Amino acid sequence: MNAKLTSLAVFLAAFLFAGTALAVKPSEMLADPVLEARARALSTGLRCMVCQNQSIDESDADLAADLRVLVRERLVAGDTDEQVIDFVVSRYGEFVLLKPQFNMRNALLWAAPILILAAGGAFVILSARSRRRQEPADLTKEEQDALDAILRKDG
Amino acid sequence: MVEIGHFALILALVLSVVQSIVPMVGARTGDARLMAVGGPVAVTALALIALSFTALTMAYVLSDFSVVNVWENSHSLKPMLFKITGTWGNHEGSMLLWILILSFFSAMVALFGGNLPATLRANVLAVQGWIATAFLLFIVITSNPFTRLIPAPIEGRDLNPILQDIGLAVHPPLLYLGYVGFSVCFSFAVAALIEGRIDAAWARWVRPWTLAAWVFLTGGIAMGSYWAYYELGWGGFWFWDPVENASFMPWLAGTALLHSAIVMEKRSALKIWTLLLAILTFSLSLLGTFLVRSGVLTSVHAFASDPSRGVFILAILTFFIGGSLTLFALRASSLTAGGLFHPISREGSLVLNNLFLTTATATVLIGTLYPLVVEAVSAEKISVGEPFFNLTFGPVMLPLLAIVPFGPLLAWKRGDVFAVAQRLMFAFGGALLVVLATLLFIDGASVFAALGAGLGTWLVLGALTDLALKSGIGSVTSAVALRRFIGLPRSVFGTALAHLGLGLTLIGIVGVVAFQSEEILVMKPGQTVEIAGKSLRFEGLQPTRGPNYTEDQGRFWLLGADGKPVAQIVSAKRFYPARQFPTTEAGIKTMWLSQLYISLGDSTPEGAVVVRLWWKPLVLLIWLGPLFMMAGGFVSLMDRRLRVGAPARRKSAGPVKVGVAS
Repeated sequence: MNAKLTSLAVFLAAFLFAGTALAVKPSEMLADPVLEARARALSTGLRCMVCQNQSIDESDADLAADLRVLVRERLVAGDTDEQVIDFVVSRYGEFVLLKPQFNMRNALLWAAPILILAAGGAFVILSARSRRRQEPADLTKEEQDALDAILRKDG
Repeated sequence: MVEIGHFALILALVLSVVQSIVPMVGARTGDARLMAVGGPVAVTALALIALSFTALTMAYVLSDFSVVNVWENSHSLKPMLFKITGTWGNHEGSMLLWILILSFFSAMVALFGGNLPATLRANVLAVQGWIATAFLLFIVITSNPFTRLIPAPIEGRDLNPILQDIGLAVHPPLLYLGYVGFSVCFSFAVAALIEGRIDAAWARWVRPWTLAAWVFLTGGIAMGSYWAYYELGWGGFWFWDPVENASFMPWLAGTALLHSAIVMEKRSALKIWTLLLAILTFSLSLLGTFLVRSGVLTSVHAFASDPSRGVFILAILTFFIGGSLTLFALRASSLTAGGLFHPISREGSLVLNNLFLTTATATVLIGTLYPLVVEAVSAEKISVGEPFFNLTFGPVMLPLLAIVPFGPLLAWKRGDVFAVAQRLMFAFGGALLVVLATLLFIDGASVFAALGAGLGTWLVLGALTDLALKSGIGSVTSAVALRRFIGLPRSVFGTALAHLGLGLTLIGIVGVVAFQSEEILVMKPGQTVEIAGKSLRFEGLQPTRGPNYTEDQGRFWLLGADGKPVAQIVSAKRFYPARQFPTTEAGIKTMWLSQLYISLGDSTPEGAVVVRLWWKPLVLLIWLGPLFMMAGGFVSLMDRRLRVGAPARRKSAGPVKVGVAS
């Protein structure tokens, strides 16, 4: 809308306010490639709390860097991915998750696409059926006469 | 000049009120003179708003800092291009651009609507007048761009550096042409409801406007995506940001509208649904305006603390969406249903298209609004980000993409899906080959990636198959086939081009998401790094100075196989002192359809710098696809039946099969 305009302004400004540092820095990265890969995967699902809709993996903000280091510390300490997520959520709240949890409050959110598709599909099928059942109306007297006249002419 | 602009804007508001009422009264009472008022008034309003817009642009060009808007968003040292584009790089100016484009479309309806029935034309112009009145009121009351500042400051506060880019010159105008273009479809729909009459001719009149708006919106979104890609410095092309979603939803709904309007035009079916889609598409544009303009996205509470603009747009939103849907509910049942068709037919496939596209639109809508609702209801905050959309939007779109090649090949009324499947064997074989080749020859290719590449190929080959079959390649001599090919209705080419573009975009997305490689490291001058089989040498950092910024340029050499430099790539970190704002200017080297993308981070005093580089295979296809879609829309717009607005005269040779033109 006016979207992209202020979009890029607000949304990008929020991205970049922390300076020219890059998202993931070499100094933060773990030596163990397996752990590092897990850390990167986890980071892409965690929100940078002070940015607009950006993961900590992509964000330059200091807070995002802190969170990246925190994730790596937990991984080095031997946490599973779930434990890391639980830990981060316990500290920062559900807002930190870019992928909303599957819980009752979010049930409508997650179920929406299926419900809509099912409802729409049902509607399409039902209306197609009801339409097929509608027989074309009988011809009126005049129409029938006109038709007979035409058929007689041909014959 | 500034006051002239302000005055012209108020005059335009007054004229819009006239446009809202007089033609409609004329249509009601059957007074041809009153109905005829609409056209000249719409054209005059365009002239006035254009004058107003020019006045603001001139204030920017001359750096007249006695205008608050210019002072807040411009700087005397800014390059001229960005002074001009800065006119719409802010809230007030962008709303002025919005209304300029709205009045442009109204004037186009007035000028090119000569073949419309007088009452329909009058009602359409009146509805356009309502929209113009609402938004002109919004600008004049809450967002006046011409407010003066006394005494005038010496220097301006500069435009947000991220917006100081050629992207700002292209992206917002294109996007607005798209969004606002759908207002015409909306006005046509509301006018049809007011008249209580709708037929296939209506669809034919609306279709060019839909197509034009869709072409612009496609371009606007694609341009925005590329802009974000190179400007943000981390190579993402789509972020599922609410602001992006705000532009994507009208696109999805508009795409559905485009397809259902075909059915309505050809077969006089889906009339009520098409009408509803026309209303919904523009409603989503309005919703996008509300989301972006009201500040509600940052936080529901931020919105509540300064609600003046937000509440105004919310009122506009309620009036137009609520009003049009109410009208729809009251009148839709009085419209007659149209032609019958078998579920397996061209109509049936287009219904399926609409089902999936509408579900996809709703998914994006719910994902965008859910956090706002949760926050408003429970004061808790949740995020709905990329993982959610990948898990929901993706599965909804994939079946749709899989059936796309079937649609244009099915016959109207009753089709034979097995016959069509047979004709698509070649496309299917090609896609299968790509899947297998991906799995066999590319290391670490996942099954998903291979299937994605196959699906993209399927779309591309399916589109080509459509053209080949309709020109009879393989079944007639090549000379005849060529003649048929040239004689195909342009809309057939339009369909094929757009579907082909869709396939290209998909292949590009798969290429980047599944096969990009990334390196993050600290580089010292002279150091060489390998990525995706290419060597890159870092030369060093070079401080330079631009017109209103300073930058550190990182110079890189791409090395050939023999170790000799073949191309230089410059990636920079910029600093804009006026706003104390840093930006990254990514260094991008395009090779065929792929790109090497270099972004700089912190540097050390010794001249070493953190470098993040990506090899992005086939990334250009992501934006080349939309170009094909736009070309398709454009070619379709040139179709004879839309140009003349009357049933197309078939060539006497009659090689065109029935049901080909869509």
